[in-house]
Amino acid sequence: MQVIINGKLEELQDGTTVALLLEGKGLTPARVAVEINEDLVLRKTFSDTAVSDGDRIEIVTLVGGG
Amino acid sequence: MPEDTYKVGSFTFSSRLFVGTGKYATMDLMERCLEASGCEVVTVAVRRDVLDDSGKAKQDSILDHIDLKKITILPNTAGCFTAKDAVRSARLSRELLEGLDNPGARWVKLEVLADKKTLLPDTVGTLEATKQLVDEGLEVLAYTNDDPILAKKLKDAGATSVMPLGSPIGSGQGILNPGNISICLEYLKEGDPDYPVIVDAGVGTASDVAVAMELGADGVLLNTGIAGAKDALNMSVAMAKACEAGRLAYQAGRIPKKRYATASSPVDGVIAPGM
Repeated sequence: MQVIINGKLEELQDGTTVALLLEGKGLTPARVAVEINEDLVLRKTFSDTAVSDGDRIEIVTLVGGG
Repeated sequence: MPEDTYKVGSFTFSSRLFVGTGKYATMDLMERCLEASGCEVVTVAVRRDVLDDSGKAKQDSILDHIDLKKITILPNTAGCFTAKDAVRSARLSRELLEGLDNPGARWVKLEVLADKKTLLPDTVGTLEATKQLVDEGLEVLAYTNDDPILAKKLKDAGATSVMPLGSPIGSGQGILNPGNISICLEYLKEGDPDYPVIVDAGVGTASDVAVAMELGADGVLLNTGIAGAKDALNMSVAMAKACEAGRLAYQAGRIPKKRYATASSPVDGVIAPGM
């Protein structure tokens, strides 16, 4: 399936969960927050939340700013 | 002298300087500036900045350069130009800070900006997003214009603190309208003297911080004034001292301004009594 992650088109295996997606990218779940189609995905549901074809996924963290 | 603490919502602090974490030449310099400023609160932004060009995790994180046990993170919604995006950003930052076990999960510095050139707040969007986020249980520190009427509306909408701007973000123009800031303070603190008002944005140098504090602000938030200074480390010390000086002067009570001179020495007994 194809999804858009942080604005970029990516190919993912069917059945990928948010937890597996983060693991595949080497991201520490505690250090990111995730949205799918503009809805927040709670950290405690990362393992149960499956990604679907066409999803727009945002993976964000904290950066320097004022 | 008893410790001069103050409250912002459910938080209690003694340092009145809130410092931003953007635009430092290096992370090491930022760490030293934060330490030297004595700040207890730092503000950070929420961004997609997690993956490199190959789609893998970036290694360096600002989170490795802030003592999350000691410092309260104040997430901001900088860069959001609609109420809806600011609400999304605030939800994401709450989730992030809960994951990091930082008390900053309870609050947000709400910025809904109107225009890329001035970065002035979209005050209508700010009011709308304040209501929404207050409903969602966040303590909202609302960045806004130096407009007393809107400041009061934000407070009435449930904002934990109102943050009127000194001048546009990063402009270094200082406190352009002390009269309005003073009326904001009067309106927001009427019958509620402990309501926290934090002047945010536009600080160019130490005296700007002192001016805001002398007007009676509870605190000042700044970033570029330190990060962009030729010697950021010394400027962070200067800002901390100015903040303290301004606070003391406010508590001590300035003399009223007068049109003409008032002699400091006795007027009687001069050797040549003249005119």
